[in-house]
Amino acid sequence: MTNVCLYFQVHQPYRVRRYTLFDIGKNSQYFDTEKNKEVLHKVAKKCYIPATRVILDLIKKNPDFKVAYSISGTAIEQFQEHSPETLELFQELSDSDRVEFLNETYYHSLSALYDKDEFSQQVKQHQKIVKKLFGQKPTVFRNTELIYNNEIAKTVQSLGYKAILAEGWDGVLGWRSPNYVYKASGTKLNLLLKNYKLSDDIAFRFSDKKWNGWPLTTEKFASWVAPIPGDSVNLFMDYETFGEHQWADTGIFNFLRHLPSALRKHNIGFSHPSELAAIDAKDELDIHHPLSWADVERDTSAWLGNKMQQSAASTIFKLKNEVLASGNASLIDSWKKLTTSDHFYYMCTKWFNDGDVHKYFSPYETPYEAYIAYMNIVQDIQHQLKMSKPKLFSSFTKYLKEVSA
Amino acid sequence: MSKIKVLMFGWEFPPFKSGGLGTACHDLTKGLAQEDVKVTFVMPHAPNGANAKFVKLIGTNALAKNVNIKTVDSPLTPYMNESTYEQHLSNGGKNNAIYGKNLILEVKRYTALAEHVARNEEHDIIHAHDWMTYQAAIKAKRASKKPLVVHLHATEFDRTGGHPDPRISHIEYEGLNAADVVITNSEFSKKNILTHYKIPANKIKVVHWGIDEENIPKGTYKAANENIVLFLGRVTIQKGPDYFIETAKKVLEYEPNTTFVIAGDGDMLPRIINRTAELGIANNVIFTGALRGDDVHKAFKTAKLYVMPSVSEPFGLVALESIKNGTPVLLSKTSGVSEVVQNALKADFWDIDSMTNKIVSVLRHSALREDLSTNAKQESAKFTLREPARKVKEIYETLRKH
Repeated sequence: MTNVCLYFQVHQPYRVRRYTLFDIGKNSQYFDTEKNKEVLHKVAKKCYIPATRVILDLIKKNPDFKVAYSISGTAIEQFQEHSPETLELFQELSDSDRVEFLNETYYHSLSALYDKDEFSQQVKQHQKIVKKLFGQKPTVFRNTELIYNNEIAKTVQSLGYKAILAEGWDGVLGWRSPNYVYKASGTKLNLLLKNYKLSDDIAFRFSDKKWNGWPLTTEKFASWVAPIPGDSVNLFMDYETFGEHQWADTGIFNFLRHLPSALRKHNIGFSHPSELAAIDAKDELDIHHPLSWADVERDTSAWLGNKMQQSAASTIFKLKNEVLASGNASLIDSWKKLTTSDHFYYMCTKWFNDGDVHKYFSPYETPYEAYIAYMNIVQDIQHQLKMSKPKLFSSFTKYLKEVSA
Repeated sequence: MSKIKVLMFGWEFPPFKSGGLGTACHDLTKGLAQEDVKVTFVMPHAPNGANAKFVKLIGTNALAKNVNIKTVDSPLTPYMNESTYEQHLSNGGKNNAIYGKNLILEVKRYTALAEHVARNEEHDIIHAHDWMTYQAAIKAKRASKKPLVVHLHATEFDRTGGHPDPRISHIEYEGLNAADVVITNSEFSKKNILTHYKIPANKIKVVHWGIDEENIPKGTYKAANENIVLFLGRVTIQKGPDYFIETAKKVLEYEPNTTFVIAGDGDMLPRIINRTAELGIANNVIFTGALRGDDVHKAFKTAKLYVMPSVSEPFGLVALESIKNGTPVLLSKTSGVSEVVQNALKADFWDIDSMTNKIVSVLRHSALREDLSTNAKQESAKFTLREPARKVKEIYETLRKH
């Protein structure tokens, strides 16, 4: 007999507008405010608001029901601006001790792979906002897109966390089961692994009529979970599964509504990630190559698989010191928003020929246009940096050089 | 079932120019021969004509076995219009006395001769490529009562930027009307035909083109300036060279060290050269005239980007040649090829700002060039020469059954 651990990811990026060559040096409005507002309203209406109402109701009616969330800072900011109702519902959730919040990088960024200091800064920024809005100090960490390796675990431990989330991928597990708690190699961190088969049954396959599990009832699902031995079956997924990826007419909300009672019939309970953080791990997992929860490869190729993505990411992170040194608050804010993983995802050319899921989530016609807009923005930042260098200061250092020479 | 025998009215076999109608006819015939379809290929060919570069057919076994070439003495080439025909005629002097005085008369004369040549050729299907061959094909159909396939590579509306010669569009209409099946190269082109001609939509079948990779050389070439942006095609209103030049002017404001190459010939060339001078960018624009053979591949391989700003491009085979040569492409949205190639930059031909934005990005970012090049090349593997031939054979088979 096992428990399940439910964790939902809530994230919205600041999408950039079709920033062109002609904007460089003239216009520092990088983000598509209209589009971002429109997407946020749409997803709030279809998913965030109705799904959170269901969860609030479940908490009232099921004394044993527990759930965890991680909400990116960029999503929180946009709720504050465009959908205060969503934020209030999340705050209402946080009043219950049965809802746990996790930490991540504030900007849902790829900083873990490029810049440890920036990563730590963004985590601390996220700690602050979670504390302020939800009154919690998380002990469990989830990195952007579950990107994980030993190195990241070490950094996360140094920030004071007890556990970290990762994909329970066969490629690293081998014969081992994702339903036990592991130790992250070289650390004291517990590693909580996503049971991707059962998670994806809900997140991806729920409405797939060609899938032999269709239609997925809560009773059927509970009967799959029941015989599984282990510490916990970890069901990790995007919150947008409810109402946005799986539309309301697929019955996904009913599924959510009835899942706790169906699990209870099989004596399956709920765990919080923080409870799993306290369990003694059975074994250690040694993971060098970054693992993630995306695509069949479960690596970082969805964000860093091609040359455009690599060049865009390395260019933006290289600008960090100069941007921070500029003291220009709005420039720093923009720069941080540009570290969000989604920007690189839009440049993904994997499977582009087949026009698959990547296309659905992208605001651009092609990955190439995403790259062009992003790099034009990068050039504007470089331009701003050049302009903002105080001329007096540079002539003064020149003067000093001359004097010392 | 016995082999299908096709009486084909086409152009330039083998083709002496890259891209275009000659290549399309040749590639289709080659593909059909490999599919074991027998083709009798009737085409204009004058000893002193612009089409005189005709070489005796030496091909693979399938070609030699299945293709039979019949030539008709006529100086017609597929892209002639009234003025280019007359110009050609006056250049030839007395030798040309036997030909028609104007284009329409010459087409009429060709029709009579071609029909005569075709009369003794056994066939199950008649297949004609573009308007100059339609009347001959219609006559052949009347004589043999066999089904007619009319292949429309470009309409008179495409060629003239929307200002058709009514005599030509009338011939086009007759051909479309008489056809049992109309083959076109793209959904874009099908939509165009339906806008201009009243024919039933279900008669039109779309067959996207592919390309023969055999001829593409492996080597790399370097030009003195590495920042080359290429236009390759006929310098006519259809191909949008004027938009290319206006875009060049704008790109140069941002990337002054860029060379724009215009490879092609056509009635708009003098105007384009003038405009280049007017814009003060003559030092950054090179006119090569029409390129042949390996020079075409060299032009692609030395360029960082191939731009196809066509106003109306039923397919745009040249874009595939560029891709197979590893050169990224910027395609006008009003082209057939842009509906099948994903890994390309796309813009409206009139949107000079959008084209400038994209061209400058390509010049500035090697990552963009490399990803476009690699991915497009990979994608283009599916645009083979056999694929369209297979589809055309299927159309023949259905027609023969009826």
